[in-house]
Order: sequence, then structure tokens, then C-alpha cells
Amino acid sequence: MAAGSEAGKPAAGTDAPQHRPAPNIPQFTKDEDLHAYREMLLIRRFEEKAGQLYGMGLIGGFCHLYIGQEAVVVGMQMAGEDGDQNITGYRDHGHMLACGMDPKGVMAELTGRRGGYSRGKGGSMHMFSREKQFFGGHGIVGAQVALGTGLAFADAYLKNGKVSFTYMGDGAANQGQVYESFNMAALWKLPVVYVIENNRYAMGTSVARASAQTDFSKRGLSFGIPGEQVDGMDVRTVREAAARAINHARSGEGPYILEMQTYRYRGHSMSDPAKYRSKDEVSKMRDEHDPIEMVRKRLLEAHGVPEADLKGIDAKVREIVNESADFATHDPEPDPSELWTDILLEARA
Amino acid sequence: MATDILMPALSPTMEEGKLAKWLKKEGDPVKAGDVLAEIETDKATMEVEAIDEGILAKILVADGTENVAVNTPIAIIAEEGEDVSAATAGGGKGKPNGASGGAPAPTPDMQAEGMADASAASAKSSDDAPKAQAAAAVITNKAPDPVMEEFPADSPMKTMTVREALRDAMAEEMRKDEAVFVMGEEVAEYQGAYKITQGLLQEFGARRVVDTPITEHGFAGIGVGAAFMGLKPIVEFMTFNFAMQAIDHIINSAAKTLYMSGGQLGCPIVFRGPNGAAARVAAQHSHDYSAWYSNVPGLKVIAPYTASDAKGLLKAAIRDPNPVIFLENEILYGQSFPVPEIDDLVLPIGKARIHRPGKDVTIVSFSIGMTYALKAAQALAEEGIEAEVIDLRTIRPMDSATVVESVKKTGRCVCVEEGFPQSGVGAEIVARLMVDAFDYLDAPVLRVTGKDVPMPYAANLEKLALPSVAEVVEAVKSVCYK
Repeated sequence: MAAGSEAGKPAAGTDAPQHRPAPNIPQFTKDEDLHAYREMLLIRRFEEKAGQLYGMGLIGGFCHLYIGQEAVVVGMQMAGEDGDQNITGYRDHGHMLACGMDPKGVMAELTGRRGGYSRGKGGSMHMFSREKQFFGGHGIVGAQVALGTGLAFADAYLKNGKVSFTYMGDGAANQGQVYESFNMAALWKLPVVYVIENNRYAMGTSVARASAQTDFSKRGLSFGIPGEQVDGMDVRTVREAAARAINHARSGEGPYILEMQTYRYRGHSMSDPAKYRSKDEVSKMRDEHDPIEMVRKRLLEAHGVPEADLKGIDAKVREIVNESADFATHDPEPDPSELWTDILLEARA
Repeated sequence: MATDILMPALSPTMEEGKLAKWLKKEGDPVKAGDVLAEIETDKATMEVEAIDEGILAKILVADGTENVAVNTPIAIIAEEGEDVSAATAGGGKGKPNGASGGAPAPTPDMQAEGMADASAASAKSSDDAPKAQAAAAVITNKAPDPVMEEFPADSPMKTMTVREALRDAMAEEMRKDEAVFVMGEEVAEYQGAYKITQGLLQEFGARRVVDTPITEHGFAGIGVGAAFMGLKPIVEFMTFNFAMQAIDHIINSAAKTLYMSGGQLGCPIVFRGPNGAAARVAAQHSHDYSAWYSNVPGLKVIAPYTASDAKGLLKAAIRDPNPVIFLENEILYGQSFPVPEIDDLVLPIGKARIHRPGKDVTIVSFSIGMTYALKAAQALAEEGIEAEVIDLRTIRPMDSATVVESVKKTGRCVCVEEGFPQSGVGAEIVARLMVDAFDYLDAPVLRVTGKDVPMPYAANLEKLALPSVAEVVEAVKSVCYK
């Protein structure tokens, strides 16, 4: 399968967003659209709330919001199966929610409370759930790519039939260890799907200013890794491409690269000066390609779902998010004794 | 004119080897580039090539001869028509052979300690081998030998090299636990760059003995990811100098994730390989990282000296649920020590060992630093100063209690290491003694370390850059006010 041929799109070569709908858009059933809507809305509302709490000083340090990119992780999850692993960088809240982690535990980690997933010791960028197969949450750009390849190494070693979904941004895709990982994953035919979330900016540096090859689906070509550019704003195209990639990896054919063409509405982190792109660019993406609005419109117009039903979903999602914020602001800080725990595991006799 | 062919050195640390096979026989004509013989060490096999043409006049060392010292004449090449019967070893002009560049093997101070060759073992009782005897006396010290407390005192002992001990440790743990596997550069087909993984591929297959490309950052990260999934990788670095490429995964991914995940995600992994100076490989291949890794919470750091400790502590490291840095030393690989022949030799991580008891001064060291410490202790004993030599064995967690107890008895302490002085392991010991043994000290604690310079290449400068027995003796005399 030739890289970039699936979506039939030319390489993105400029800063301007180029979201062209794929020629044959796969269709979702009403239930699938409802599921995607609920999942994406939860991430959107959760992130908006996190932004508010950050502004109130309740969340510290760095906080990288996923708003705008929701279709990527939700579409990927819709194509995966239980037991597949997920690992990503520091823009990780959406991935955790999509993996089924409890919003309360995620929000409480953001506020540094004892009920957080890492008991308040990891924060926004470092959360994990062994139970939900979420392996972080990594703060070093690109580190998760070698680690995610290691998860796939274990899958192959254990012959468990599972696949590692290893996410990275367009910025991480320029790190050297990414290509070390691609090489070994292809060499050993490891079951890993590399998801490059191209949101067009690595912090404030646009793809065209940082990358000699801006078509990220081609980044595995010299290792023989197939790749596709995917409209990452449309959850349907994401799920379809994901299914193809996962099937390839699960059947022992080795790694696969999906370049998800997406966009983040908010700054890189909360302290982003937003001087590197125009307000018009952001509002154009928001108005014309919003992943949630697209599904909402389909539900109302194509599936005939009454607006009241969607309002019911909106209310339910807001309630979940408000509960998580309430929990995260009332849960106590970690006990001081926690300073000295979880440094080493006790060796078994 | 006849020319001697000398036993070549295959590596900077080689002192002797086996003449495996002659490919030419006496009387054969040879041209430059012809392969004359195959020689091997415990690390590698190499062909000896002729560098001049002539006749192979005499073979001086027969096929299969073991322990042939580097630079021993092994054959004589005569010019055509020359009277070969007159040729004798040494009569010819000695020429290092072309195969290895012919660097003479270094003869560092440390080689005698720990019985550098098999013959030293038999020299134990020989009066004319004082060095080997001294070494044996230390190692087999029975009165009381704290090593013996860690396994039954009547265990049969077998002499083996540190290299064999490390291999056996891995093989035993791999037999026991399917989750244990080895990965690294040249660990499988090549049998290990330093032959530490010799035979593992044949026993365990390519699934569990994994050759990686030369890509330390990548395979260290893959190892950590596999450990997150519950596998128990042993990641071999060809040397810890190359682990600098991978140090982000060692520190940021392996050491910190348990804490950052609130205890959810452990990382049972061993990073191992030779650390510190070997011989004549200059600054980028000679760095001692003991102090670096010992600075990081979330890691355990082991740096053994004897074969017994190497085996027992590597087995413990593989079983440990935490990331362990296992720092070996290339020069120690070929040295032999007695190792108890028991089913499951597992030694405690985080416990120092009193290698040589004494009452006048405490010398603290680890890994190859022990060679200077023990030889100094022997020399000092002859002058009436009884030094207690402590082998830390584990750098983190550091067993300062054993050091403190010793200093309470002796009142004096010298720390010995090959690493740099600033923020070194010795600096840490000094700081701890200030807090825990201040009232017992009769003199300032001194350090003998590698010099504060990048390791030079020239033989004389390299020797100056490393610690010496004389420096340890001098430091001990200084703290004893003698």
C-alpha cells in the first residue's frame, strides 16, 4: 500500500489549513454518531472546564488542552478493542477520557489532589491507568514513541494479539528516536499504529517552518511502513483509517502510520501568546470543520434525532464535568507522607 | 634476516590468549597478508596475518596452547634461502604482527589482584608468587569472611571469571522466568561484544536474545516500554558511555514513572554493561557514571568487584521490580574469583561487604577501585597499618551504616574510586561521615579519585589520570599521621 494513497490527497505544504473531505466518506449509524458525539463532547467540556480552573489558579504548571482534536482519539478508540494499549505525549487529557478513565480522577490529578490518578504526584502531563491500558502521559517530546514501540514489543513477545496505539504530535515527529523506533518496529514487525496528530503547530512553530517533509504519512517510507493522511476532523474517516491500520498491525504485518490532519483551537499551553497564527485561521477551522458540530448536524439532519435529545446529552456531559470539577476542588491535597511513597517497589522475598 | 612473529593483542585490555590453530606449517612459503594462525581470547577470535614474505621457519608455540602472553614470539619467518635451522626465538627482530596493530598490552597495576589468569590460582601456595599469594590470601580470608555469611559456609567453591559469573546469572534467571529477555547490540549472533552473553542465543533463541541496531536511545525506550507491560528486560549497553544517548529513558522514563503514576506503573528492567575506564580508549570511552546514576531517586545502582558479587547481585537485579543500573568493568571481566556452587546465589542489593578486616583505617571503594584499595592494604600491612577494606557493591541505596560502623572503630577513612572527584561517590561518603561519624573521626576523610580531566589516550598520561596504589597508600598514611 503506497503511503499517502489511501486518502488520495496531496501533501500539505503550506501553513493554510487544508481539510478536504475524503471522496468516499464512510457513513456512521445513528448509534455510532451518538457515541462519537457523547465522547467528543465530554472531552470538549472537560477541557473547557480545565481551562477555567487553570484561570482560577486551581490547576498549576503546564496545561495543554485538546480542544479541536477530539475526533482523532475518539475515532481511534472506536476502531480498537479491549486490551489495546494507548500512549501519548503531554496533550493527554482527551486520550485518558477516551480510554474510559474516570473524569474525576483526571481532573483531581490536574488540581494535584490525593484522588488524582497519580495521587497528585504526576499532574497534567503524567497520568496512567494500568486498568484502562493507558500508559501515559509523557512530558519529554517523542519519548512516548520508543515507549509505545516497547509496548508493541511486549505484545509480540507475549503473542497476546493486542496493538499499541502510539500518539505523537507533528513536533515530536521530528525527534530522532521516532525513526529509531520506526526502524525497529518495521524490522521486527511490531503491532503498533503510530498516530501523528498534525495540529499544524509545534508550540508556535508551524509545520512548514519545522519540517522538510510536511507529509507525515511519508515519514516511514524508507522503512517500508505504510502511511496515510487522514482528515482528522471527521471522526468517520478517522475510524475507517484506524480500522485499516489496526488490522494491518494486528495481523502481524508490522507498524502503520496515520497522519491525522487536525487543529487545536487553543494555545499550545495556557500561557500561549497566540501571535503565530491569525484569529481568522482559528475561527475558520472552528466554523467550517469543527468535529463535534459536524456530528451534531448529522444527528439532527440525517439521523433525525430530536434537538431535545442532544440537549439531554449536553446536560448529562456538563453534569459529569461539573462533578469532576467539584471533586477535584474539594478533594484534599496528598498527605505529606506521600512525598516518600512510590519511589521504589519492595522486592519480593 | 629472520623475524619473530609475536602474540598479538586483540584488544586494549588483552594480556594473554590461546593459539587456537596454525594455518601454515613449518617450511611453508608465506606472502604478506597470508593468514598464519588463529588466536582467541575469552572475548574474540582473530586471524594473525603475515606482514612480510618469507618462509615459516619455525613454530614456537604449538596449536592449542593456552595463556600465551601478549608479545611472546610464536613463530619465526625467515627469508628465502636463509638457514632456518639457525633461527631461534629472540634472534630475530621482534615485530608486532599486522592483524591488531600490535599495541602492547597494558600492564596496569590492577592486573595481579583477583588472579588475572588460571595459573595464578595454582600459584596460591607458591612462595615465589608473592603477588598472587597476597591476592589469594585476601580473597580466601576465613577470619571472618563476611562473604561467607551470605551463603552456607561449607558451600563448594568454583573459580570463575566475572564474565562467566555474569553470563551464568542471566542464564539462570532466564531459565527460571519466561519474562526475562536480553536485548542490545551484538548480544546474540556475535555472542556479546565482550562475550558476556555467550551461548545465550543458542540456549534461549532469538525471541529472548535480541540483537538491536546501533540505536541506544530507541532500544532503551523499547526496553522500558516492554517493562511497563510486565516483561523483565536486561538491556545491555556495549559500554555505559553509549548509554548517554539513552539516558533520557533511563532517568525520565524508567526511574520516574512509578512515582509519577502514583505507584501504578513499575519498571522491572536492568541496564547493564561495562562502565569506566578500560585501557587506552580515551575520554569518550572511559567515563565512570557511578556518581551520575547514584544521584537519581527511583534507580538502584550496583557496581560489583568479585565474580561472586557479580553473579549474586545480577540475579538480584533481574528479580528486582525496579530499574537497576548494573555497572560492570571491562578490566574485571577476565579476572577470576571463587564463586560458591549453590543452586541459587542471590545477594542482597544495598549491602556493603567488608572484604578485608582491619583496625587502623577504613578504605571504602567499589568495582575496580577495590584493586587499588586491596593492594594498598597489603602494602600498608607490611608497614604495620591494618586497613579495613569495604566494598560498597551497591552505590544506591548506599550502605553507609557499614562504613560508619567501621569508621567508629578506626577513626580514619579514605575513599577510592576511578570516577571524577567533584560530586563523586567519595564526596557522598564524606558528607555522610560528617553527619553520622563526626565525633569518631581522628582525621579528615580523604578521597583518591580519577583526576579532574577528560581521560587522555597516551599511556603515561592515562596512568596519571587514574588513581594509583601509591596514592592510596599516601592518603592512608596522611590520615594516620604517618
